Amino acid sequence: MFSHAKIETNTALLLVLALLTVAIGGIVEIIPLYTIETTIERVQGVRPYSPLELVGRNIYIREGCYLCHSQQIHPFRDEVERYGHYSLAAESMYDHPFQWGSKRTGPDLARVGGKYSNEWHVAHMVQPRSVVPESIMPGYPFLLDRTVNASDIAQHLRAVRKVGVPYTDEMIENARADIDVQQNPDADTTDFAKRYPKAVVGAFDGNPARLTEMDALVAYLQVLGTMVDFSAVTPQQLKQ
Amino acid sequence: MTATTMAVGARSESRELYLEDVVRVSMVLTVFWGIAAFAVGLLIALQLAFPVLNFDLEWTTFGRLRPLHTSAAIFAFGGTALIGSSFHVVQRTCRAQLFGGEPVAWFILMGYQLFIVVAATGYLLGITQSREYAEPEWYADLWLTLVWVVYLVAFVGTLVKREEPHIYVANWFFLAFILTVALLHVVNNLAMPVSVFGTKSYSAFAGVQDALTQWWYAHNAVGFFLTAGFLGMMYYFIPKAAGRPVYSYRLSIVHFWSLIFLYIWAGPHHLHYTALPEWAQMLGMAFSIMLWMPSWGGMINGLMTLSGAWDKLRTDASLRFSVTAVAFYGMSTFEGPVMSIRPVNALSHYTDWTIGHVHSGALGWVAFIVFGMLYHIVPVLWGRKDLYSRRLAEVHFWISTIGIVLYITAMWVSGIMQGLMWRAYDELGFLQYSFVETVQAMHPFYVIRAMGGALFLIGALVMAYNLWRTARGDAAPARV
Repeated sequence: MFSHAKIETNTALLLVLALLTVAIGGIVEIIPLYTIETTIERVQGVRPYSPLELVGRNIYIREGCYLCHSQQIHPFRDEVERYGHYSLAAESMYDHPFQWGSKRTGPDLARVGGKYSNEWHVAHMVQPRSVVPESIMPGYPFLLDRTVNASDIAQHLRAVRKVGVPYTDEMIENARADIDVQQNPDADTTDFAKRYPKAVVGAFDGNPARLTEMDALVAYLQVLGTMVDFSAVTPQQLKQ
Repeated sequence: MTATTMAVGARSESRELYLEDVVRVSMVLTVFWGIAAFAVGLLIALQLAFPVLNFDLEWTTFGRLRPLHTSAAIFAFGGTALIGSSFHVVQRTCRAQLFGGEPVAWFILMGYQLFIVVAATGYLLGITQSREYAEPEWYADLWLTLVWVVYLVAFVGTLVKREEPHIYVANWFFLAFILTVALLHVVNNLAMPVSVFGTKSYSAFAGVQDALTQWWYAHNAVGFFLTAGFLGMMYYFIPKAAGRPVYSYRLSIVHFWSLIFLYIWAGPHHLHYTALPEWAQMLGMAFSIMLWMPSWGGMINGLMTLSGAWDKLRTDASLRFSVTAVAFYGMSTFEGPVMSIRPVNALSHYTDWTIGHVHSGALGWVAFIVFGMLYHIVPVLWGRKDLYSRRLAEVHFWISTIGIVLYITAMWVSGIMQGLMWRAYDELGFLQYSFVETVQAMHPFYVIRAMGGALFLIGALVMAYNLWRTARGDAAPARV
């Protein structure tokens, strides 16, 4: 007859059995997400973030935006109507870390890109209640005052490449210059647009002479959910 | 013989054997962190009701203070209580001094405090990985890993050198807590720093895999940090205060193994209807529902331990808090499986219902079992016969309980209401409410929630005063 006394009188046995018991669930659930190929849908268009978008994304993380805004649209009638096509795994495949969120104190932002003008975003960020009187969002006026140096942006791209995002050597070489190109409406964007298709170019905060955190954050918000062209997607590609 | 005199007796015969200074300090820190966590919680609750309280400064916005609140509650308050009480329990139930002695014990406690301070100041400065309940950046994570491994070694070392033939059930739970948190922490925080001189890192995982890794971590921070660890507390302090053995030895065994096996699978219920493949969501849901059984098994084991000692609830402040904690544990571990059912989750997810659920667990279970532990352990550690004032403990109990009820009912109403408003259609087939109309509708409930939080904070301040007077050895005022 089995007796639990064997386990509870033997520290090593208790330790090993407990470790095995808690390891199983995680192994069975997480590892197949890497081995089953259909986990990531086979859609076109998802690209690494442009350097300015990446800087903006890091500001989004720094300010804890994800604590009130999700980036994950459920496949429900009301959500699809309110926010757009339901979110795909492919759309966050280069997101280190993911920003799906867990709470919607504010609306979902998975497809906020292109929905509002740059001017609206700037006004909203400086004083949310100036454009949405009932909003309870904090104001972020300091984003306009803080300039972005980003002298180490190439190092950031290299770090992200090491964890699996396909930044090319060319992207890394031009990383710092690409930041200035993206926030200057008069710049030559031919090469930049090849590297980062569909990236929105513009003086996001209204002043191309000065690179601010507002420029970066708005550039990031404007690309959210815009990479995949859903008119060209087939149901077969979406199968998980 | 009352529980307190029993405990005082136990102490006098073993004074030299056990490390008690480190436990005493950890209890003081626990009270301090508790008050800090509740105060920041109150502030951010008020920010949601009155956004002007964000002050439009970068250090004081909701986004930066929310991780400060959750980390202060879970890791500073809860973690310090767990470290201190596990030292207390493992030494006494093994009849052995903590492995490594004073230097190791102080290193663990103070190293952990350093982690908390580094993490907390980082949040205010905007240094975060954005992984919920694992926000500290890579350098703080490395430091915590070191502290935690030493903690594991000290705990296991104490079990190995025990003078008792059996390892007591509370220690199984503490061991599972320490071991699993080590595993979760190391895997979930795998990241690539940009530079060894900078704070920023990028997660080793991306997108859907990152999401499941993070929620595997975060759900089991609940399962092992906030549940298994505090069950260890329950299995020691309730029998101790009741003066009765644990209700069922067999149930303890079933409770332990089924709880730790099932919990680890439940993470995907945080990702229902997302881009996570459906098979993983289904597994998460199924195991979350199964988890109801061991949870209630544990609750029954805790509550039934009071058989024949229920009268002590009238007089023993410690037991009253501990038993109410177990009742809240039962309630939130019933609510959790319900919310993990996909169609229910479709309504509850992203709403305040989740916040209410978390707080029935965090305030009702975690904070109350800690309060129960504190009311028991402070007189024991400082060698006092009784609390300074039982009446103040009673005041604390009722203020906090009312605070919790206000909090969770407000969040039920606002959460379910918001979920229903999001999906409401008018007779013409249009979405009935814009998003911001749902935000507006939340306002009264955010005010009620903040009132509940304020009561809970006031209760904790009353406790701090009572425990301070107890530790000083002040005579209890005569009851009117």
